[in-house]
Amino acid sequence: MTITLVFLAALLAFFLGWVLSRTVNVEPWVADGGTLNDRLPEILTTPRIALAIFLAVASSLFALSISAYHMRMEFGHDWLAIPSPVLLWANTAILVLGSLALQWSWNAARRNDAAGLRRWLYIGGSLTVAFIIGQMLVWRDLNAGGYYMTSNPANAFFYFLTGLHVLHLLGGLVAWVRTANRERAGASPEAICSSVELCTIYWHYLLVIWFILFALLLTT
Amino acid sequence: MAELGHDATSYAPPREQPEMELPHSHSFWTTYVFSQDAKTIAIQYSVTAISVGLLAMVLSLMIRLQLGFPNNFSLIDPSNYLQYVTMHGMIMVVYLLTALFLGGFGNYFIPLMIGARDMAFPWLNMLSFWFYFVSVLVLMASFFVPGGPTGAGWTLYPPQLISEGTPGIHGGVLVMMISLGIFIAGFTMGGLNYIVTILQYRTRGMTLMRMPLTIWGIFLATMLALLAFPALLVAALMVLLDHLAGTSFFMPAMFSMGEQLPHEGGSPLLFQHLFWFFGHPEVYIVALPAFGVVSDILATHARRNIFGYRMMVWALVAIGGLSFVVWAHHMYVSGMNPYFGFLFATTTLIIAVPTAIKVYNWVLTLWHGNIRLELPMLFAIGFIFTFINGGMSGLFLGNVTVDVPLADTYFVVGHFHMVMAVAPVMTIYAAIYHWYPKITGRMLHEGMGKVHFWVTFLGTYALFYPMHYLGLAGVPRRYFAYGESSPFIGESVETLNAFITVAAIIVAAAQLLFIYNLIRSRKHGKEAGPNPWNATTLEWQTEHTPPTHGNFGKELPVVYRWPYDYSVPGAKYDFIPQNVPPEEVEMADEGAVRT
Amino acid sequence: MAIAIAVVVLLVATVLFHILSPWQLTPLASNWGAIDATINLTFWVTGLVLIAVNLFMAWCIVRYRYNKDRRARYEPEDKKLEAWLIGLSTLGIAALLAPGLVVWNEIVHAPDDAHEVEVVGSQWHWYFRYPGEDGTLGRSDPRLISDANPLGVDPNDPASWDDIIVATPRGYLPVDRPVRLNLRSRDVLHNFMVANFRVKMDLVPGQVTRFWITPTQVGEYDLVCAQLCGIGHFAMRGSIRVVEDEAYDAWLASKPTFGELHSREAPDLAAGQRHYANCIACHGADGQGNQMLNSPAIAGMEAWYTKRQLEYFRNGARGAHADDEHGRQMVPFAGIVADPTTERDLAAYIEQMPPVSVASTVEGNAQRGARIYRTCGACHGRDGQGLHGTNAPRLAGLDDWYQKRQLEHFQSGVRGGHSDDLYGPQMRDMSKILVNDDAMRNVLAYINTLTGHEQSRALPELAGRNN
Repeated sequence: MTITLVFLAALLAFFLGWVLSRTVNVEPWVADGGTLNDRLPEILTTPRIALAIFLAVASSLFALSISAYHMRMEFGHDWLAIPSPVLLWANTAILVLGSLALQWSWNAARRNDAAGLRRWLYIGGSLTVAFIIGQMLVWRDLNAGGYYMTSNPANAFFYFLTGLHVLHLLGGLVAWVRTANRERAGASPEAICSSVELCTIYWHYLLVIWFILFALLLTT
Repeated sequence: MAELGHDATSYAPPREQPEMELPHSHSFWTTYVFSQDAKTIAIQYSVTAISVGLLAMVLSLMIRLQLGFPNNFSLIDPSNYLQYVTMHGMIMVVYLLTALFLGGFGNYFIPLMIGARDMAFPWLNMLSFWFYFVSVLVLMASFFVPGGPTGAGWTLYPPQLISEGTPGIHGGVLVMMISLGIFIAGFTMGGLNYIVTILQYRTRGMTLMRMPLTIWGIFLATMLALLAFPALLVAALMVLLDHLAGTSFFMPAMFSMGEQLPHEGGSPLLFQHLFWFFGHPEVYIVALPAFGVVSDILATHARRNIFGYRMMVWALVAIGGLSFVVWAHHMYVSGMNPYFGFLFATTTLIIAVPTAIKVYNWVLTLWHGNIRLELPMLFAIGFIFTFINGGMSGLFLGNVTVDVPLADTYFVVGHFHMVMAVAPVMTIYAAIYHWYPKITGRMLHEGMGKVHFWVTFLGTYALFYPMHYLGLAGVPRRYFAYGESSPFIGESVETLNAFITVAAIIVAAAQLLFIYNLIRSRKHGKEAGPNPWNATTLEWQTEHTPPTHGNFGKELPVVYRWPYDYSVPGAKYDFIPQNVPPEEVEMADEGAVRT
Repeated sequence: MAIAIAVVVLLVATVLFHILSPWQLTPLASNWGAIDATINLTFWVTGLVLIAVNLFMAWCIVRYRYNKDRRARYEPEDKKLEAWLIGLSTLGIAALLAPGLVVWNEIVHAPDDAHEVEVVGSQWHWYFRYPGEDGTLGRSDPRLISDANPLGVDPNDPASWDDIIVATPRGYLPVDRPVRLNLRSRDVLHNFMVANFRVKMDLVPGQVTRFWITPTQVGEYDLVCAQLCGIGHFAMRGSIRVVEDEAYDAWLASKPTFGELHSREAPDLAAGQRHYANCIACHGADGQGNQMLNSPAIAGMEAWYTKRQLEYFRNGARGAHADDEHGRQMVPFAGIVADPTTERDLAAYIEQMPPVSVASTVEGNAQRGARIYRTCGACHGRDGQGLHGTNAPRLAGLDDWYQKRQLEHFQSGVRGGHSDDLYGPQMRDMSKILVNDDAMRNVLAYINTLTGHEQSRALPELAGRNN
């Protein structure tokens, strides 16, 4: 559970610092003229905060899964590391490109460049679909190679973690489809900038998670 | 009463609270069923939660009937019994308490108390309720699948969760896991909403330190829940894979019922770690909102500020944070590395300090107060009494050495029912008696309320206090019957069990009276007026009672003070609502009141 | 006001209940008096706080009751008071925690001279293994578990051969010698709990958990399972006898070692057939039984079960009760085949006799019986085929009138009440779920439909739908 606890400690330290900064020298019983305000900085818009909280929840999920991975690895005497197929490197490259494409799409949205937004949005989406198909190929190959989910905990965790990651990407694709639909319906770059931004941040986040998972699978 | 109107434009801070665009309903369906109004959603949540809670209460009566008068009821056999135990626990903890405190109270009070028109994402909020509703339906479905619901206990420990010899290992487990999955998904939507709303939609002047403790409690509990529920989700997913796909996350090599199972090397303890990583914060997910609600009710009815507000906030934060590092105190005798005992006993007893501070501050709020013993106050005092008692038995179980003989006995059952069942339920009743007038515009019937309180307060104590002594005598929990074959469990245990069962039946009857009161007063209760308790918080200052869509009138209220300005020296009335500017406070004639 | 009085009355009642309650800690039978001391300390500290805080609250409620001419004191906080309270609470907590940790340190560290005993849990049964002369428990592996090797002891480990296997749920411990209990489980989680020993621990499949005690009082103590382990959880009873060294050694010497169990030769069926001549008069040449003589059909009865019952008839655990007139008839015959080889051959012969079909004599509603049989099936098998793993004999093909009588005997304690009938208590508890005559006849009617073949495994669960 160390990994989860480190993650939580960081989160809680951040939260505690924030709460203390807002509370420690405040004398709440003093009335004032109604001017007091401790909203969050303007850059933290409501959708961004909502996404940040969702990412915290998802991080908790991944941190716990990784903790379980380590605990199961240490517990069992039956752990046989699974080979990392070459295809995983190609998939990683595709996911990086997908993330970059969405970043460019967001950049275009901010420049009010409708064509660029559309192009990169679709390329990003397609790359993501390609990544998911790539992961499925990996699963198929491993299965064909006799690395069944049931034969070893390392295999089970491989499928579990990559599956969890793909599920999150699929969830992201739902948001992506909604954004693309609005774009198709003729929404201006300005209007969907926020949606593209949320998608982009989410994709970057899942890319980082993928790096962590991939590193974990490679090193153990 | 102080002047409620205000003209705050001259104080306008640089950044105004943006006006929300409210989804307006046009039909019966969107008004009452697929409503996006947090207040309606709150009531939907509450009604669903209380209904399913009543079912869980019936299940508990079945359990008690068997224990009190064993082997008289052909309806209850060992399988049913375990299924009732499991469903009772799971429903009460997750589908009643969590849903009611966060989904019910959270939805109603967050926007009203912080001066917002609604939740940040009303549509998501509606979706959250419907996910919850479906999860309840799915859970109910488990009574009808072949083999019935799972009987592995609400802790769902593998391997017994999914191996022969436990009731409901096929459909029951699957349905339970699906239901939990839907619940967690729905809760995540709701929780996201509560946090974002509290962070972003507080009205002008409503600083963090001017939030009522109810909001603090709900805020922190939601954060705990958002971070803790994933642990349950991970555990549930992995145990399902073990069950359906034949993996061995938690399943070791086993010789079950005369045959070798195909699993190998899994760790049942890993599941327990994950489960309690969720399970312990879950206790505080229920407790923190209860702490908050009780604080506000005590202050209002004692006509005194809550004592040590800042300490109360920090204690909530400390308890919330610490609740993530105490989980293994549920596992002292689980076979985990015994050295963890030192660590977790220490963290567990440390958490007692902020909890004790809260208790002191509640009692110190009564001290020098001007206590009105109205119904909500009675329940709040009942809460304090029960909570202190339950907290004290917690000091037994948290301390590893003392826990070892008491673990898995009725001492544990007595403890957690005191602290996690009776105490929060007392709070729920306090809250309902307190806010019902705002929600419906009418008061609950006082006579019935008094009967309800006294039977519940005395009855639950008679029910759960003696259980500690059963545990001390070594009576193990989750037993269908105690038989005659164990001399150390004497006949006197049966007598006591029969007594407890009678108490349980009486307490349950009183809850029906409460339900009747709830329904009857909706139409026939005394008119309440906008602020029957002379309370200061914003929900009592709305233009309409019950508050209409959008909560407040044309303009959102502006907050000038904290929510505990009761009996402010020099003021004419013994309360000053949060939205009364300093210059509009009516002052008392000199010498009119003594303190 | 009433609430203040109620609080005070409840406090008084709480204290009185604590003092007068007959439900207190069981008499201590191990070295863990220190645990009792920590419990008592915790009672004192928490009791005083409970009384002090609640009395103060009650006083406040009375003293500061509502008066419309009075104002509450406006006092947002009092840092000094709060600091004091925090300090005192911390001290109190430390006073509870420190002794707890000191004692825990002792619990964690077993003394070097502790001898080892293994306890193995299984749904719903206890096994014991003693290390034998070499003082070492042989290796074990759950994959080696079978009906013939119930603890999965590894025959390839030389240390295994002198291990003493106790397959009955009664273990012995020598008094005043520290013992380290190694706990294993064959299937699900269990918990070894002897209330008088104070320390308890889960049995976890896939790992060995441990704790140590020094039994200090000679006597017999109930061993119960304290971790929900399925339908039979409440009936998973056993006992621990704490005895003097000599009695302990004598008892161990009377038990077979793993080596002896392992190298037993195959039974001689021809000899078994000869011995069966003693049984023919009542049970019939084909083991078909004879209701007139109150002799049940025994063809196909499991050898392990036959042996156990013959043993019981001999040692008085069965057939000795005054109300068991038919059981008494069996006692002398059990004596005739007392020789272990004779008994083994006879039991093997009976086991291979083809099962006969028995006539139904009890009428009942089999469909309702199926629901009840869920519980029975957990041990006796879904199809009544009997499971050696749960020590439950075959029910399919057994005469219903005979089962009815035995169930009634279990319910009334005529059977299963003897202290040497180690499986009896479980069946006594279970027989009580048949709350009336109808229930019994229904379940028997259902058992009459069972074939003892495993194919219809899922049937009772489907039929036993929960509503």
